[in-house]
Amino acid sequence: METKQLSRVDLIFKPEGKEIELLKKKLNEDGDDFILELIDSGLKGRGGAGFLTGLKWKLAREAKADQKYVICNADEGEPGTFKDREILERVPRKVFTGMALCGHIVGATKGYIYLRAEYKYLAPKLKKCMADLNDEFKKIGLEFTLDIRYGSGAYVCGEETALIESMEGKRGEPRNKPPFPVTEGYLNKPTVVNNVETFVNTMIISEIGFKEYKKLGTDHSRGMKLFSISGDAVKEGIFELELGMSLADFVEEFGDGDTKAVQVGGASGFCVPRKKFKETIIGFEGIPTGGSMKIFNSSRSMYNVLHNYLDFFQEESCGQCTPCRVGCQQLLLGIEAVKRRERPSSYLDELMKLADTMKISAKCGLGQSVGNAFVSIIENFREEIVY
Amino acid sequence: MINLTINNIPLSVEEGTTVLDAARQLNLRIPTLCYHEDLCIAGNCRVCVVEQVGMRNLLASCATPVRENMQILTNSMKVRQARKNIIELLLSEHNSDCTKCYKNGNCELQTMANEYRTGNHIYTDLIPLKHNKVDVSSPSIMKDDSKCIRCQRCVRTCAELQGVNALAVAHKGHEMKISSFYDKPMHEVVCTNCGQCINRCPTGALVERNYIEEVWNAIYDPTKHVAVQTAPAVRVALGEELGFEVGERVTGKMVAALRRLGFNSVLDTDFTADLTIMEEGTELLTRLKKALVDKDQSVTLPMTTSCSPGWIKFIEHTYPNLLPNVSTCKSPQQMFGALVKTYYAQKKNINPKDIVSVSIMPCTAKKFEAQRPEMRDSGYQDVDYVLTTRELAIMIKQAGIEFLKLEDEKFDRFMGDSTGAAVIFGATGGVMEAALRTAYELVTGREVPFENLNITPVRGMEGVREASVTIANVLPEWSFLEGVELKCAIAHGLANAHKLMAAVESGDANYHFIEVMACPGGCLGGGGQPIPTSPEIRNKRAKAIYAEDEGLPMRKSHENPEVTQIYEEFLGHPLGHKSHELLHTHYRARKRY
Amino acid sequence: MSNTENFVKELADKHGRKRESLMPILQEVIDARRYLSDETVVNIARELDMSAADVYGTASFYSFIETKEVGQYSIRLCKTIVCDMKGKEAILNAIEETLKIKIGQTTPDRKFSLSTTNCLGWCHKGPAMLINDEVFTELTPGKVIEILENYMNR
Repeated sequence: METKQLSRVDLIFKPEGKEIELLKKKLNEDGDDFILELIDSGLKGRGGAGFLTGLKWKLAREAKADQKYVICNADEGEPGTFKDREILERVPRKVFTGMALCGHIVGATKGYIYLRAEYKYLAPKLKKCMADLNDEFKKIGLEFTLDIRYGSGAYVCGEETALIESMEGKRGEPRNKPPFPVTEGYLNKPTVVNNVETFVNTMIISEIGFKEYKKLGTDHSRGMKLFSISGDAVKEGIFELELGMSLADFVEEFGDGDTKAVQVGGASGFCVPRKKFKETIIGFEGIPTGGSMKIFNSSRSMYNVLHNYLDFFQEESCGQCTPCRVGCQQLLLGIEAVKRRERPSSYLDELMKLADTMKISAKCGLGQSVGNAFVSIIENFREEIVY
Repeated sequence: MINLTINNIPLSVEEGTTVLDAARQLNLRIPTLCYHEDLCIAGNCRVCVVEQVGMRNLLASCATPVRENMQILTNSMKVRQARKNIIELLLSEHNSDCTKCYKNGNCELQTMANEYRTGNHIYTDLIPLKHNKVDVSSPSIMKDDSKCIRCQRCVRTCAELQGVNALAVAHKGHEMKISSFYDKPMHEVVCTNCGQCINRCPTGALVERNYIEEVWNAIYDPTKHVAVQTAPAVRVALGEELGFEVGERVTGKMVAALRRLGFNSVLDTDFTADLTIMEEGTELLTRLKKALVDKDQSVTLPMTTSCSPGWIKFIEHTYPNLLPNVSTCKSPQQMFGALVKTYYAQKKNINPKDIVSVSIMPCTAKKFEAQRPEMRDSGYQDVDYVLTTRELAIMIKQAGIEFLKLEDEKFDRFMGDSTGAAVIFGATGGVMEAALRTAYELVTGREVPFENLNITPVRGMEGVREASVTIANVLPEWSFLEGVELKCAIAHGLANAHKLMAAVESGDANYHFIEVMACPGGCLGGGGQPIPTSPEIRNKRAKAIYAEDEGLPMRKSHENPEVTQIYEEFLGHPLGHKSHELLHTHYRARKRY
Repeated sequence: MSNTENFVKELADKHGRKRESLMPILQEVIDARRYLSDETVVNIARELDMSAADVYGTASFYSFIETKEVGQYSIRLCKTIVCDMKGKEAILNAIEETLKIKIGQTTPDRKFSLSTTNCLGWCHKGPAMLINDEVFTELTPGKVIEILENYMNR
């Protein structure tokens, strides 16, 4: 499998300035061409699920409707992720012009950013930026207006259909799929929902071209990615790295020399123990991630880590489907019971089966991914759970 | 057509068919809980998951449309393991004290647990950890959160079918629950007591408040004269609980069973249904005269029916400004209650204080209606206890009566006679049809111009229906109605009533007379009827009702000799002084939350 | 018209009366009044032609929409793993001791309410907390007491 050396990239946070110019250029080009470029670039959604962005835009472009929407998912709630906040603080114009570009390509005239309540302090600056851009769009003849909507504290609204439900004034409960938002999204109109970082990437591709972009990353994971690094790390914060590096290289660079495990992809991601650092690639061929990298050294109890995650999930599950609503509670109560010796350690095997059931039968990505952390922690740190 | 295989059996089905329905075409039953034929798809219980070959994740068969070349497995090892786990999860949040449960024996979760032999209870019992409550505030409905499995059928029923939204999903995660407004007691909120949620609750989380013990105690009390009345829709559904096929009429057996249970008088609500037609028909004609002849601006039209207590509470909450449109007639149950402790007591020479008046209803809202403070015109509570069809079936079973083998018997005389017009009160459109049969003949001297008296335009299961009858060649005293096109509308299910009343409120609808029944299908689909319910079941009950009508010798309310008799002996004339006192009522505006 | 009735009507005039107007309305109620009273819900339901139970059910889904009375300042301390690793417990103790309230409680003067919350997106600068919409990071017990004292004097 192709791997890349750990290497820093500096594209996302490069100073703003060229956005309108780039957008103007795209207005005069054939939209189908850009979709092909986008598909060819290999860009996959940066929120974590990793759907091919070009394909999403293509489907929305092909959908017939009197109104379409572009939504920027800024409901960054995955524990350990904070890169979208940084993007919105530093380069918001790139996000918003990315949305406008998407609007132009798919035929949407209305764009919303759905900002999590926890980031409400960003709103004044973002609103100012949007107002300026709305004027600039008008000037270059692009019919596209930006507006803002807020979350109100619900992790699950990061799931795109839950986000849409929330925007429609409902409980943020994920929908049955199909239909997908590209055909029936916000107010049942074709809707593109992309992550903050994804929109920035589309602007970068339109600037440097898909060929240049493709040089970054591996066959399955094109481009670069922002990583939110925290925990027992020598360097914490946001780092823009090429995709496809090995976890060993990553730990070498960021770990404190005593790294026991890395949680890749947040609470819904995977816990990788030291013995697997070398073989683990950060990218879609290995462990895909929205960018959350939490480093744990040997002083940390993995029981506490797992307990924290499960407590998180039992609160943040929307509660509609059985495997997630009840499953999260059972996993949490289960490890507590084992810890307290009220259940034999073999009960963990029963819970592993339950985690598998949740993975394959829960209604949405949240419920399906609760098992990731659970299984990977139990498999690798079983003794810490029991003793 | 879409080609796929299910359990390796090839089939072609129409595009848009769900995997669940496709499987049914192969006579394969996939277990379901949150799915209900009457409701939109939720896809949240996940017990209907199936495997699509080549895919990691299972699919909720109720929510997944078929696709070309799909290979579905409904009972693979993967499916069985997951489904069993899911049932176990549901059992862990469900108070599985089945032997103490009112729904014991008619619980979908119990059946499923039994089918899958999930006896181990592998997971932690969540019930002791939750602060579940049993809400007994309502005289009609009990809500026990410890038995709730969050399938949301009740919420969808209350929203989609009834447009009431008394129940909603609240909170999230492990705290998610079905709640009323700010978790207030059911008695304080917009709940209409229609009981449609009970009919669709798969477990015992929502059940009727039962008064079985109270009624037994009255029967055992030698100082009491226990008089029972039975609503029209009970006789076409009771059999379902007692071994008959759906759609069998069991009127005679029901009467026989009631006598064996020990009721002292076995009477028929149909009698007061006929009386309702006389009162309500006269009220309508009076309103029409005031509007058309006297040009009285204060007269409110359209006039709506008032038989359905769910509908009454709904309009009190939702359209209080339209209350003047509602007929002032009490429902047949309450007319009966008022008369049994006055007229009947006199005729039978019984002290009304010794009469216990019991009604058997297809309805849970009737329990609330009987307890309304204004329903005491006899000087006593007019109807003491209301039992649902289901409760009656339980009593019959408790008494060891072999219902299937009973010989048919007839109702007692005095308030036991009725017509086909009264029977059809049990179906949506029935009150309208009965009213038209009488009003048309009263005004023109001729029978309604429909073959065999069957006014088919007002029948059927369409949510809102319209009909009009042009009145021609009227009798001299009704000359003001000559040539008038009487415009009528019918709605059943409160969501449909909601739509219709919105049109009335905005002035978009110019009807004269509107029939509203709170429950889908009318009383035959009432919240007190046997469980389960479905469009097919309701259609069969409707067929039975119309068959009962056609089989009766008298089919027009004004032909009921007991009705003539009671006006002669007791009431005077329709809308007369005594009628006003005993048979009419008033309404109140209620808060909308 | 009552105060609340007017207030809700103005919000509906501003945001619209469609279902998708609900969240902006609820959010503005929280901004102005910190929590959603049952009277407010009844008024919102009337303006938007929704059921009150439905509005309540929707509102209760979101942790930042309080349906029970809370103080003027809502303190939300992040409890997710990295903040936990970096000393959330000590911060919590400092807050509890300073304000003499536990998680889920409001001070008797209705000034502060304390709750924990999930990831605030400041893991690299934990422990972190929000007071209403304002964020505070790299907390120490000393720093948090100082912040609270500042708020007490507001």
